Amino acid sequence: MSAPTLERPGGDSPVDTAALQEHFDATIAAEHRIEPRDWMPEGYRKTLIRQIAQHAHSEIIGMQPEGDWLLAAPSLRRKAILLAKVQDEAGHGMYLYSAAETLGADRADLTDKLIERKQKYSSIFNYPTLTYADVGVIGWLVDGAAICNQVPLCRSSYGPYARAMIRICKEESFHQRQGYELLMTMMRGTAEQRAMVQDAVDRWWWPSLMMFGPPDDDSPNSAQSMAWGIKRHSNDELRQRYVDMSVPQAEFLGVTLPDPELRVDPETGHHRFGTIDWEEFKRVISGQGPANDERIARRRAARDDNAWVIEAATAYARKHGGGRATAELAPESAA
Amino acid sequence: MAHEETVYDALGNAQDDHGHWAFGTGFDEPLAGVDTTVPEGIGPADLGAYCLMLGDDALVLAQRLTQWITAAPELEEEVAIANVALDLLGQARLLLARAGSVGVLGRSREKATDSIPDEDALAYFRDPDEFRSTGLVEAPNGDFARTMVRLLAAATVRLAVFARLRESRDPVLAAIAAKGVNELAYHRDHAARWVLRLGDGTDESHRRAQAGADAVWPLLDDLFTATDVEARLTAAGVAVDPAEVREEVVSVLTEVLERATLRVPEWPADAAPRGRTGEHTAELPELLATLQGLARQHPAATW
Repeated sequence: MSAPTLERPGGDSPVDTAALQEHFDATIAAEHRIEPRDWMPEGYRKTLIRQIAQHAHSEIIGMQPEGDWLLAAPSLRRKAILLAKVQDEAGHGMYLYSAAETLGADRADLTDKLIERKQKYSSIFNYPTLTYADVGVIGWLVDGAAICNQVPLCRSSYGPYARAMIRICKEESFHQRQGYELLMTMMRGTAEQRAMVQDAVDRWWWPSLMMFGPPDDDSPNSAQSMAWGIKRHSNDELRQRYVDMSVPQAEFLGVTLPDPELRVDPETGHHRFGTIDWEEFKRVISGQGPANDERIARRRAARDDNAWVIEAATAYARKHGGGRATAELAPESAA
Repeated sequence: MAHEETVYDALGNAQDDHGHWAFGTGFDEPLAGVDTTVPEGIGPADLGAYCLMLGDDALVLAQRLTQWITAAPELEEEVAIANVALDLLGQARLLLARAGSVGVLGRSREKATDSIPDEDALAYFRDPDEFRSTGLVEAPNGDFARTMVRLLAAATVRLAVFARLRESRDPVLAAIAAKGVNELAYHRDHAARWVLRLGDGTDESHRRAQAGADAVWPLLDDLFTATDVEARLTAAGVAVDPAEVREEVVSVLTEVLERATLRVPEWPADAAPRGRTGEHTAELPELLATLQGLARQHPAATW
């Protein structure tokens, strides 16, 4: 739902700004959506660009750990499923960069910032994928955590972001199920396959808990984002929801989550869990994770090695009146 | 808000039906529900061998294209290349399953356990000399220009064959071809647009596109000579004689290159089939080692 159209102010006088701010606040309070042409405070715009760009970067960098198994997927069906999933992630990156562009950002510029490490992406993608079970565990746990984080964003106060998230969440949910189904199949397979699944769970469980970000008492931007309706639940609330959801799924799958302190709190009905190693989180997010350099290097290579392709497409469009290349081949065969 | 509840509900139900909820995750025999009876007068061994030729080309080219994923020039191109690769992978699965359905499995069944479906036995447990793909699809990608010139050539040849194959006396092959024609027309168009942009773009892209064409053209030499299998099946109304599509291929490729302001390389003299009879360059074993490695490490596993 869009906010009512505003009279465009003639100038940016303090009076105008106050009126605009009031209107913006009322829109947020009424749970209506802010749309690209609406006035918004500069902080809101910047926060959104930062968050959406980081999310877009995560989708694009997130193609790599699973993409590493595309060529070696152990059946043609698994190869097709994985290729379609990685393709979806490219699509998610595209919607999200487009949403950021409605706020005045530029995709190429955001990509440069990613490559120059001026903007971050989810630290989970800095871990390597060691076996094919990792593909399943990424689907189950990493996509599962992403869904917990992202479903509330379907109600984000910024319209284009919220709409992009609805589509993305539907696809993520599909990916999560496919990942879990792969794990179920592997658990019914050989002893070696079962061991692979447990090993992957052991390696990904703690990093997946870190995907919700620092604890609430150490999350500097959270309060303002909640007030603006950009964020809907605190990091710790979402993390708790994820743990509560994952424990029965792990039991059904037949794997053990690597946390001896994990148990149901009889008073709250929620699962209590052990202490997250926030030092590791800080190391990985600051660029010292196992695969940070590799991830950025590959993204940089895709940009730099193919810069000539983009230049050619631009030159062609200029020569041909900005039109697209059309082949218009119509030989008898395809008729 | 309703959406939020829906998604969580779906996740909550995750354990209710044994993990079989998602479209595409249940076991899907590619030819499920299709009458795979071989029409009278057609040799199943020939039919299977022919399906391997067409299926292996698709599988190998899909694998080559997949090498571009996370390395493509822009996100739109990641999506487009993945689309083409997925289409080809789908064609490969159908064709390999068809070969399996008529009992053509080569030596794959000596290594693959029974639980492995035919399409995977053929893709993962045949050795390079049993593959029937051509050198055109086996060659490494090179840069983006060479990749697109190769895709243009491969899609042009395959589209011309599939368009005729829609009339095949084998109903399965005819159905696979009818579905494939639309896909291949898109692949050819996508590649042709890039060849136009690159040929008529900058000096550098022109130089690279020309180098791509010069590298790809010699690989066209053995595509238009029928193997004995193709000759017999063409006579039986099942297959397409590759010689029959030569003129169309030459005309399409010449048109695109000329419009892209590229010099059309000299057409290579027709040669005897190599890949179609199991003779491959060292590039195929390398590609297959990556494709097959994991599946072969765990021959008793189910995925």
